[in-house]
This record gives sequence, C-alpha cells and structure tokens, in this order.
Amino acid sequence: MVENLYTKRYSDRKMTEVRTMKAKVGVVPSADGSAIFETGRTKAIAVVRGPRTLHPQHMQNAETGVLRVNYGMMPFSVEDRIRPGPNRRSEEISKVTEWALSSVIDLSGFPNTVVDVFIQIPQADAGTRVAGINAAAMALAHAGIPMREMVSAIGVGKIDKTLVVDLDKYEDSLFHDGEGSTDIPVVLTSRGKEIALLQLDGKISIPEFKEVVEMSKKACGDILKVQMDALKNISEESK
Amino acid sequence: MVNEKRQIVVPGETIVSGNEFLPGDGAYRDGVEIVANRYGIANIIEKHVRVVPISGAYYPRRGNTIIGTIVDITFNGWLIDFGGAQNAFLPVSEVPRYVNKNEMREFLDFGESVIVKVWDVKSRGVDASMKMRGFGKIDGGMIISVSPNKVPRIIGKEGSMVKLIKSATGCDVTVGQNGKIWIYGKNTDDEVNSKKIIEFISKNVTIAGLTEKVETFIKEMGLSASKVEVVVEEVTEDKE
Repeated sequence: MVENLYTKRYSDRKMTEVRTMKAKVGVVPSADGSAIFETGRTKAIAVVRGPRTLHPQHMQNAETGVLRVNYGMMPFSVEDRIRPGPNRRSEEISKVTEWALSSVIDLSGFPNTVVDVFIQIPQADAGTRVAGINAAAMALAHAGIPMREMVSAIGVGKIDKTLVVDLDKYEDSLFHDGEGSTDIPVVLTSRGKEIALLQLDGKISIPEFKEVVEMSKKACGDILKVQMDALKNISEESK
Repeated sequence: MVNEKRQIVVPGETIVSGNEFLPGDGAYRDGVEIVANRYGIANIIEKHVRVVPISGAYYPRRGNTIIGTIVDITFNGWLIDFGGAQNAFLPVSEVPRYVNKNEMREFLDFGESVIVKVWDVKSRGVDASMKMRGFGKIDGGMIISVSPNKVPRIIGKEGSMVKLIKSATGCDVTVGQNGKIWIYGKNTDDEVNSKKIIEFISKNVTIAGLTEKVETFIKEMGLSASKVEVVVEEVTEDKE
C-alpha cells in the first residue's frame, strides 16, 4: 500500500481552508455594477452593463432578457504571456459562468434586452473561474439586477489522495502521476445551497465526491460572508 | 403601529419572517420568510416589505421626469432614448399641439432633446407624455449627466438644492430622474457655473450639511445665492 503523499499543505493552510479573501464593489464607477474579488494571489474584476437593448435584433428574446458573459485573462496575468483574445478555454468558461448565473437572475422584466457581464483576470494563481463567478455575482447585485439569491463558487481538488479546497497554482501542478490532479469547481446558491455549476476534470470516487460537496458547502459559506460584507459596507461614492 | 426600519440587504437574504408580511418591489416570499430579490435598502412600512435600489442602472417609475433624445419616428409617435433598458414612446396624442402625421419631423426631429413625463411603465417599454407645463422640446442650453442614484441629492429636500443653483446663477435647471440635467441660462458663463455647482454636489453627496457646503462653494465662485429671484418651476421630487 502506497502512503498518501500530500498530508500537509505547503502553505500551512488547513485542507478545508480558503485563501485570504478580499472583495470590493463599485471599482469601475462608469459601469452599472462592478466588483473585484481576490483569493490569495488570484484576482478577478467583474463589470456589469445593462439591461440595454440587444443588437443584432435576431438575438433578442421577446419573453425575457438575455445574459451574456465574457471571461478573459489579461496578457500579463501569468508568468508566460497569454495571447489576448478569445480562445477555447475562455469561451468555455464564459459559457459555464453564463449558465451558472442564469439560474439565479431573473430578467423577465426586461424583454429584448441584454445584461453584459465582463470578467477579467489581472492576476491568476489557479481558481480563476470561481473567482470570476464570485466577482460577477457581486457585480450583478451591485447593478441592481433582480436575483433570487447570490451564488458563491469554490474549486475543490484532489492532490494525490487528499481532498483540498481552493488550490493555488503550485498545488495544482503537484503529483501529476499520483492518484490526484482532480479539479472540481462547484457553484452553490446562497439560500437553497443548490448546485448551479459542477465541473469535473480528472477521476474521483463516489464517497469522495460526496465529501467534495460537503467541503464546498462549508467553503462557500465563508466566501458568501466576504461577498455580503463587501456589498453591505459599500462606500457612499460607489452607489 | 408603524414599523419602519432601514438596512442594506443582499439578494437571497431574509428581510423579515412572518406570514403577516407582504412582499413588494424587490422582495419575494419563501415559506414564512420575506426574501430580498434585489440589492438595496429594505423598507418595511407596517406589513409591506420592499427593497429600494441604491445602485445600478436607472429604472423608470411612473411620474418621473426624464430627459432624452429622439432616436426613431414611427407612424404615430416618437421613440426617446433616455438611458434606460428600453426606449420611451411618445405618441402624437401626448404632445401639447396638433401635429400632422406626415410632417412629424417638423415638430420633433431625430437627435433633438426633450423633457417628458413617464406616463406608464410596462415590461415592454415606457410611455411618455409632454402635455403638462414644464415639459417639451429642449431648445438651447446644455445637458449634463450624473449618476441617477445621486439625483435626489441634487434636487434636495423639496427642490431646495435646485432652487439654490437657480438663484445663484440665474439659470433654469431641470433635473431628470434618469440623471440628465438641462441647464438653460442667459449666457454660457452662467450655464458653466451651474454645471460646476452640480458637479460639486455629485462629488460630495456623502457630506453632512451639504447645503451649507454648496453655499460656501457658490460664494467662493464669486456668486451670491440670492442674486436673481427666479420663478421656481415645480420639479418632480423623487418620493423615495
């Protein structure tokens, strides 16, 4: 029997501990809503514009408004330069973010319109899609978009045989030949604790997966607190 | 018993619990709990719970004064872009004079600015009217933009701030609830002065005793707050 190779985190964090978080709303004054969300060295800025009339007209929906998400990493966000512009990965993340956020927002009051969400990552240290979703949820709330509830997102990973919450880039690249290198982003709604997004990259057993859901519930509770604090302690100028 | 409480709420947050409460704008019921549907200030008046937005885009309400530009002309009216989600529709029947339907551009042409009243808000758009005093086509002066959420402070209590600006500069100032402000004065200098005062107010909305601060600012500009007595036209006050 091979022993578990990862029993203590290099950063002295607990296995269920999220990196130090920071959040602020109203960082882009010209937008209708905006927010920045940081976990450790991962930063995400989200900007919301709209509801506004959707062009081209054939994309309009006469029954409800449309949510459009655009995710992108800035060229300098990682050590090697990222080629600017849409790519396979960013298009995928834009789409899954859109689906996750659509489950809580209600645009039925604004037919034929679009709400644009722009997510940019100025600094990446793993977990950018969940940081982006956390920022986007705050920005949508700040923009006054009707929402049934908030959403919080967390990435749970498996390093060798250990389940770990909120991996950073270093942990993400550990033990690729072991059992691990499994990455599961989870998006939970704030009230119903329903899963709004679940992706799985790698392998995981069913009992472990159940543990992942429990771990993400606890972590999302911590994240929600940070999001709520930022929204409640909004400065008068960023209203 | 009147029970009034003000607190910032986040979507999904329980405002109050109890079957006797009724959810209004920006709130919904989940079991016995009344939950916020929108980010804003919770306002509980007796048993009626609603959430008043404090940030974000402008959402028109009936009775609002809005300033916009003509973007389209249809066979029976004009479409006005006022910075909201949809355009406002101004029917020919809601303008104060007879307009020949073949010569609608004679009365209001593309790109011209108007002050109108929000007559009705539907999910499909906004109906506008200009049949009352103080509404109509804008001819001359300048239009500036501020955040719609700062408009109540620029208007002041019962229009006091606007009256102050009017008396200091002698300009006619009309504030639209959509954040557009029309300034019309005898000369450009007066209009620029009004613009400066409004920018000062929107920068300092948080400061306590804003009226006194604005009065000193006006004095520093070399104006006196009671130079010209202007016949103040009633500005629609935002009831919130």
